Amino acid sequence: MEKWYLMTTVVLIGLTVRWTVSLNSYSGAGKPPMFGDYEAQRHWQEITFNLPIKQWYFNSTDNNLLYWGLDYPPLTAYHSLLCAYVAKVINPDWIALHTSRGYESQAHKLFMRATVLIADLLIYIPAVVLYCCCLKEMSTKKKVANALCILLYPGLILIDYGHFQQMELYHSLPFFCFLLGKCFKKGLKGKGFVLLVKLACTVVASFVLCWLPFVTEKEQTLQVLRRLFPVDRGLFEDKVANIWCSLSVFLKIKNILPRHTQIKISFCFTFLSLLPACIKLILQPSPKGFRYTLVTCALSFFLFSFQVHEKSILLVSLPVCLVLNEIPFMSTWFLLVSTFSMLPLLLKDDLLMPTVVTVVAFFIACATSFSIFEKTSEEELQLKSFSVSVRKYLPCFTFLPRVIQRLFLMSAITMVLLTLMTVTLDPPQKFPDLFPVLVCFVSCLKFLFFLVYFNIIIMWDSKSGRNQKKTD
Amino acid sequence: MAALGLAASGGNWFSALALGVTLLKCLLIPTYHSTDFEVHRNWLAITHSLPVSQWYYEETSEWTLDYPPFFAWFEYALSHVAKYFDQEMLNIHNLNYASAKTLLFQRFSVIFTDILFVYAVHECCKCIDGKKAGKELTEKPKFILSVLLLWNFGLLIVDHIHFQYNGFLMGLMLLSIARLFQKRHMEGALLFAVLLHFKHIYLYIAPAYGIYLLRSYCFTANKPDGSVRWNSFNFVRLISLGLIVFLVSALSLGPFLALNQLPQVFSRLFPFKRGLCHAYWAPNFWALYNALDKVLSVIGLKLKLLDPNKIPKASMTSGLVQQFQHTVLPSVTPLATLICTLIAILPSIFCLWFKPQGPKGFLRCLILCALSSFMFGWHVHEKAILLAILPMSLLSVGKAGDASIFLILTTTGHYSLFPLLFTAPELPIKILLMLLFTVYSISSLKTLFRKEKPLFNWMETFYLLGLGPLEVFCEFVFPFTSWKLKYSFLPLLLTSAYCAVGITYAWFKLYVSVLTDPPVSKTKKQ
Repeated sequence: MEKWYLMTTVVLIGLTVRWTVSLNSYSGAGKPPMFGDYEAQRHWQEITFNLPIKQWYFNSTDNNLLYWGLDYPPLTAYHSLLCAYVAKVINPDWIALHTSRGYESQAHKLFMRATVLIADLLIYIPAVVLYCCCLKEMSTKKKVANALCILLYPGLILIDYGHFQQMELYHSLPFFCFLLGKCFKKGLKGKGFVLLVKLACTVVASFVLCWLPFVTEKEQTLQVLRRLFPVDRGLFEDKVANIWCSLSVFLKIKNILPRHTQIKISFCFTFLSLLPACIKLILQPSPKGFRYTLVTCALSFFLFSFQVHEKSILLVSLPVCLVLNEIPFMSTWFLLVSTFSMLPLLLKDDLLMPTVVTVVAFFIACATSFSIFEKTSEEELQLKSFSVSVRKYLPCFTFLPRVIQRLFLMSAITMVLLTLMTVTLDPPQKFPDLFPVLVCFVSCLKFLFFLVYFNIIIMWDSKSGRNQKKTD
Repeated sequence: MAALGLAASGGNWFSALALGVTLLKCLLIPTYHSTDFEVHRNWLAITHSLPVSQWYYEETSEWTLDYPPFFAWFEYALSHVAKYFDQEMLNIHNLNYASAKTLLFQRFSVIFTDILFVYAVHECCKCIDGKKAGKELTEKPKFILSVLLLWNFGLLIVDHIHFQYNGFLMGLMLLSIARLFQKRHMEGALLFAVLLHFKHIYLYIAPAYGIYLLRSYCFTANKPDGSVRWNSFNFVRLISLGLIVFLVSALSLGPFLALNQLPQVFSRLFPFKRGLCHAYWAPNFWALYNALDKVLSVIGLKLKLLDPNKIPKASMTSGLVQQFQHTVLPSVTPLATLICTLIAILPSIFCLWFKPQGPKGFLRCLILCALSSFMFGWHVHEKAILLAILPMSLLSVGKAGDASIFLILTTTGHYSLFPLLFTAPELPIKILLMLLFTVYSISSLKTLFRKEKPLFNWMETFYLLGLGPLEVFCEFVFPFTSWKLKYSFLPLLLTSAYCAVGITYAWFKLYVSVLTDPPVSKTKKQ
């Protein structure tokens, strides 16, 4: 009975924080000729509204793909089209073909921010609330606190409402996937199998529905795929906290190896790093394994894949939010690092104040809701089975929690120091990109640590371990 | 690590609440600010650049200094920090100067001075009786009171969006109330005297302080039936109270007395040349009076009872602050409002004298004084409703009846502040924050008093729910209708009149509960 009002309060807080962040600047504000992601989204509304579907992904006089050409899957394009219809009613100048390039005004900013808020309100927030309500073995207060922490995750707020993006369309997918995964629990034979078929049909059907206009001709499909996976653009762009960018500090891979070899290496490494977790999931399927595998797969893709942008870390953060209640300490740490890794981007958009505020708010919310600093024993870090196995060979291996605590402290200090340095100091002449590179390098190391950590959890998670938890 | 954990754990929920709302205030920095921003910047400039003798004469800007001297000294102190942010803001000729650093400084100064408010809330929490509480943290009266005060919607939007310094002033008021609850009367009196010299609007509640201190502090004992025991009068206490007031006033007004500037200071502090109502009518009795007058004049014109040529052209609702003549009902003078106010507060004062109920009785009288002055005062600002709402929060967690009155007063009062933020980007913020506060306050108080009868009857529920459609009409429907040009004042009039009904009702109900309360015997624990 009282749950609904606490949850409402939490949702309202989430919405308020989002809208107040949106009052700040956006990507590319007042920076002709290319502007930024904000202009990209506006441009997509212009393209999808004025041109027929067949021309959306193709280069033409009306649609110059070099100026923020459409490079997201069709669902985003439909969403842009929907927004364009609304824009037409309010002020057609916002989406007029060609003439609306670089359009910036207070009213337009309000409109764009409103589209993000409404999409969040309709899709992302209900998904989070539903997810938290479905969690078992938790009191109402804990569920509400969990929802608060997920809704306060700074990375998503700052990118969607500060920088400007609309990533929530993708992020509701893991949640729905989880709910899907609950069906698997019902057993793979009989009822479960029927359910599986139903779900498979749903997935296929929705996929077909989205891609329908593009699968009629082979050239269409190929072009869309070419836009979605721009292998021509190189191993990485700008500074991003993944392996290839960090390696390039020491070894200029881009210059040594030809393009197709880079693609092959990237593919191999990604695949190899995914493999252990996926094999384990096939052999021993469980919802818990599913969630952690989501994390490791996403993280593997982020670290080793081709043409990764720093914003892609959000695709990893969302699955981590799913496991926030199970390993609060590590998840909070990861989510803080993920926000920190985007620091250069956020500073470029003048978002220092909202960043600091939302990060502190998130940290306080997690610290008070989950008492994270008290939950650092082996058991709580889900490392019990791993430690037990290691202790068979090294009886003195009891220092893991303390090591992890020290690492957290060091990591926190590094993040604060780097932030202060980037904001106050000027980089030396010889290395103008010193601070962004440092931020990416340090974040990459931490992400590698987390990759190892999550993989350990998956590999050492056994049925006996779970049974033990039930009898506790 | 453990120490950090302990501090961050549930044991220190108060710090988490205070820190949380401070973070929210930081997020509100880039929002719209009203002309009050320029007012305070101008005062920073005046106090920094000019000698004291010129402070109350300076007129370069239209926003002249009209707060008592302590506030001027406060601005003077701030200006010495301001010079490290942006020297230009301290130039009195830089009208409407609002650089990014100026904005940052001013906003941070409000956020920083709110520390006093946080401390005051902490002290107030100690004064309430927590026996009713359940085990659950969120159901403890202290927790609910902290949220109601720290996250108060009205204070948030008036201080941190519209821009004012009410936080620390309300903090002084709440602290003085807390001191009176804790029987530290001298401190309470001192704090109130200081407060008066920061912002003289608190004169509204001065009668409550005066009578309470006289009755319950200077007379040290009561007869068994509760009436005053005349021979227990403690002359020393009276003298010390008088001394406190005298010293504070001397400190404040002394320099200006020496400069022979007292008349000028007073003319700045009490500008009666302004009209009966502000540009937007505060939802008080006069709003209803004006609305009635307008309705009657429209009817009169339609029925040809009035001569259209005799009606003054200047309409009060056109938004200008000036003298206004009522058409049908008799005009109202400042003296008339003063008399009405005095008559209105008299019963509560009598109650305080003849039926003393300790600090709780004092608090009720204080709220009634604030509300009555709001109802009948001259040129009342809608922000003055906060003077009644914040102290009322202390009562709301004590009794179900008080909670009900509080919720009506607060919801209506907060809604009446909406016209202060009329810009489009702030629309979602004010709606979201209002919903947040209203949902929380109603549901938490309902949960606290769930064992007693329901907080609202059907009429009150209906009235409160009616605020939703009113908001939709005024802000979403009306701007797109053809009436916008002809009757541009209509949303303001409707808001003002609708809220006035609710506030009058709450005032009335509170009065009835104070007058009909049985006298409490002295043996009952506080």
